[in-house]
Amino acid sequence: MVNTLVTPTRLAPLAATIALAVAFLAGCTTSTAPDGATPPPEARTLTVFAAASLTSAYEQLAEIFEEGHEGVTVSLNLGGSSGLVTQIQEGAPADVFASADEANMAKLVQAGLAAGEPRLFASNRLQIAVPVGSAAGVASLADLATPGIRLVICAPEVPCGAASVAVAELAGVTLIPVSEESAVTDVLGKVRSGEADAGLVYVTDVLGAAGEVEGIAFPEADAVVNHYPIVAVEGASQAELAEEFIALVLSERGQAILAEAGFGEPGA
Amino acid sequence: MTDRLGATQRARPTERARVTDRVRRADRALEYRGLPPWIWPVAAAGALLIVLPLAAMTLRVDWPGFWGLVTSEGALAALGLSLRTAVLSTLICIVLGVPMALVLARSRFPGQSLLRALVLLPLVLPPVVGGLALLYTLGRNGFIGQWLEAGGIQIVYTTTAVVLAQVFVSLPFLVLSVEGSLRVAGRGHEQIAATLGARPSRVLTHVTVPILLPALVTGAVLAFARALGEFGATLTVAGSLEGVTRTLPLQVYLVRETDPDQAVALSLVLVAVAIVIMLVAHRPTRWAGERL
Repeated sequence: MVNTLVTPTRLAPLAATIALAVAFLAGCTTSTAPDGATPPPEARTLTVFAAASLTSAYEQLAEIFEEGHEGVTVSLNLGGSSGLVTQIQEGAPADVFASADEANMAKLVQAGLAAGEPRLFASNRLQIAVPVGSAAGVASLADLATPGIRLVICAPEVPCGAASVAVAELAGVTLIPVSEESAVTDVLGKVRSGEADAGLVYVTDVLGAAGEVEGIAFPEADAVVNHYPIVAVEGASQAELAEEFIALVLSERGQAILAEAGFGEPGA
Repeated sequence: MTDRLGATQRARPTERARVTDRVRRADRALEYRGLPPWIWPVAAAGALLIVLPLAAMTLRVDWPGFWGLVTSEGALAALGLSLRTAVLSTLICIVLGVPMALVLARSRFPGQSLLRALVLLPLVLPPVVGGLALLYTLGRNGFIGQWLEAGGIQIVYTTTAVVLAQVFVSLPFLVLSVEGSLRVAGRGHEQIAATLGARPSRVLTHVTVPILLPALVTGAVLAFARALGEFGATLTVAGSLEGVTRTLPLQVYLVRETDPDQAVALSLVLVAVAIVIMLVAHRPTRWAGERL
């Protein structure tokens, strides 16, 4: 019985397809620069691990950095600070680490993974967030203790949760949450969708969700401030670029962008 | 010339058994199993992919402090909540799932295959998506939720939401298991019972249910396992509050960065439960016509 797969009529189109594919791939390889021209800058990637609350500010800073450094791509890994520290400890390739509080930065330093001294670059305070047009009657921190109010806060294990607990203790208010989330973005999400009557989030989160949530400031927030430190990671593959990025964050331009996003002065 | 059968026939009764056994073993040795040698390394690689991470986790466990970690306040609350809700969810799955399986296996109506696909959807749907769907149904501004809230009934952020989320994701396991067994069993026994004068309800309780009992047990055990491990839907629709909605997977998620030892210890508890469940649910049974 003739094997129909390898008869000439079947083989020719197959061979043609293979030949075309090879030619296509060959044509796709990067061409060498014409003689006499300077070679294109080496493509480098700077990996920045930053707290989730820094999302909008750092996206802007990343763009500025890429514009100022040809061939460099800034890869942002945004998430909960404690999760990021764990990732770096387990060997994730980070060049820069920006934390939402000093406790998590201390963990990195203790593990011997910080190249140099961490520097403070911003600060953040808590604010009460309520859905737009909410009729729940929340106007102060004390109102959050009213039974029947659906309050969502961060779990004490995460930075914003620790701050919430501290703030409540200072004010002598007993918070009765219906849910303790693992990330401040989850708290914000629940307030945004109207599933929660109130949530304790950062000032920057309220600004970032402008129009969808309303922020209510309270005096005790000034007493519990989260300081944001930044440091280059030990053993980073792009140590020089890391320092340059940190310089950008600490520069006037960087500080202006952070202030616009709602962050406070470093060390304030 | 004596053949094998001839040998067994002429032997004495006690020797007959021994010779038959030898014949059977020889039979098996000569049997072709359909396993070329290169299959083994590939299969081993697949098995390693699953076994190695579990082994790695077991190595990370803080054994001296294990008991203390597993019996901490948060862990015990989560464990108790998980067990209570998973058992309740499994019971609800049985009550709802058996009729569903019966209808899908035994009746025929237009749109049945589409309904079947929808009912089995939670099997492949990402749990978070399921949770969102439940939220948009039962939440404050939800499809049904707004009427419930107006009537003073709150579902989200309660243990009820946890149970509902678990039922949503584990119901298909039970329906699938029972429906499969019903299709294989056929209607013969029920028809005989009916001709003997039994009413439909009596046929159901006295004939059908005993037939589908093994599949029901398997399905219930799988549903229990799925309910116990449910995470995404619970987090989305029920939130996370100790003792109320923070089930064991949510507890692991919360402490995984701040107290990794507790997270690993609790994970090991879940793995141990899962192993026991799998041993029960997928116990080796003889497939129809299989020669072991």
